[in-house]
Amino acid sequence: MNWIFSNRLNPIFILFGLLIIVLTGCVGPPAPYDYSNLIASNPTSILVIPPRNNSMEVNAPYIFLSTITKPLVEKGYYVFPVSVIDTFFKENGMQTTDDMNSVPLDKIREIIKPDAVLYADIEKWGQEYQIISSKGIVKYSFRLLDGETGALLWNGKAKAVATSGDGGGGIAGLLVSAVVDQVMSSVLDPTVNLSRSAHERSINHLTQGLLSGPYKKEPNK
Amino acid sequence: MIRRTIRKSGNLVLFFTVVLLCGGCVAKTMYYWGEYEDIVYDMYMTPGKADPLTQIEKLTKDIQRAEKEKKPVPPGIYMHLGMIYAMEGNFALAKNAFEEEKRRYPESTVLINRLQSNMNIREQK
Repeated sequence: MNWIFSNRLNPIFILFGLLIIVLTGCVGPPAPYDYSNLIASNPTSILVIPPRNNSMEVNAPYIFLSTITKPLVEKGYYVFPVSVIDTFFKENGMQTTDDMNSVPLDKIREIIKPDAVLYADIEKWGQEYQIISSKGIVKYSFRLLDGETGALLWNGKAKAVATSGDGGGGIAGLLVSAVVDQVMSSVLDPTVNLSRSAHERSINHLTQGLLSGPYKKEPNK
Repeated sequence: MIRRTIRKSGNLVLFFTVVLLCGGCVAKTMYYWGEYEDIVYDMYMTPGKADPLTQIEKLTKDIQRAEKEKKPVPPGIYMHLGMIYAMEGNFALAKNAFEEEKRRYPESTVLINRLQSNMNIREQK
């Protein structure tokens, strides 16, 4: 056995070392997001464009809009009110979210002058049916661009999946539905909370999340 | 020595228990949100529940509650309220709401000025 240790540059050690490096690279966490553009831009205000929709739920963009404001504002940013933006686009001839996503940045700058613009593409929204079960899922990709230059400040994918039992279906869901008039409609829609989870996870992710904005204050303890 | 160690670890256990229990508490927010998210949801999903008068009632109530709880009104609420007043033809109250948004959040200025001038054109018709 002495021959293994007698030669320090023994190829076995070199191979072993390389194996360790490769394996650590394979299972290590992704590198933290490169925030240099975001830090240089230092935006205060964010304009959320009603998202493009590739899901089966025709209302997905609007459910998305109803839950996106709060986590962004609580992160310390000014967010233009989503309904005002949607109404404004519609009054100016853009009826679909695809139309709205096609507005050039210089036009947006002229009318609204946001520091940053958030675009999102919804991939999945609602129930995904498998062979013997279904799961609730919300999945979208997003990118935040500098309002002045169009530079990419932050981007990623957001996702939330309802584990069986808390998707809002089943007998419990039926009983709740019986009290329809008195209950907030949004409570009966499981994608509302799923979208909240998806937004929170991407915005507040430890290494890939959005940096805090200028309004961010630590809560009084 | 052993007694001291047990007492110290006991304090540590208590500390972490308190931290874990508090972690289950609802996170405090910087702003008062009230019914805003539900209003936006209803506007698109159940419009019957978000007619202008209902929205005005809910938002003005939220603004009062925010004041009572000494929490700021979130960005966009006053602008949204202004839009609803303008839809109702109440241009004076719309103007006030737009001014409130601009005063609290100067980054809204360019859009507010645009909404304001659109409203003035409508008012003159």
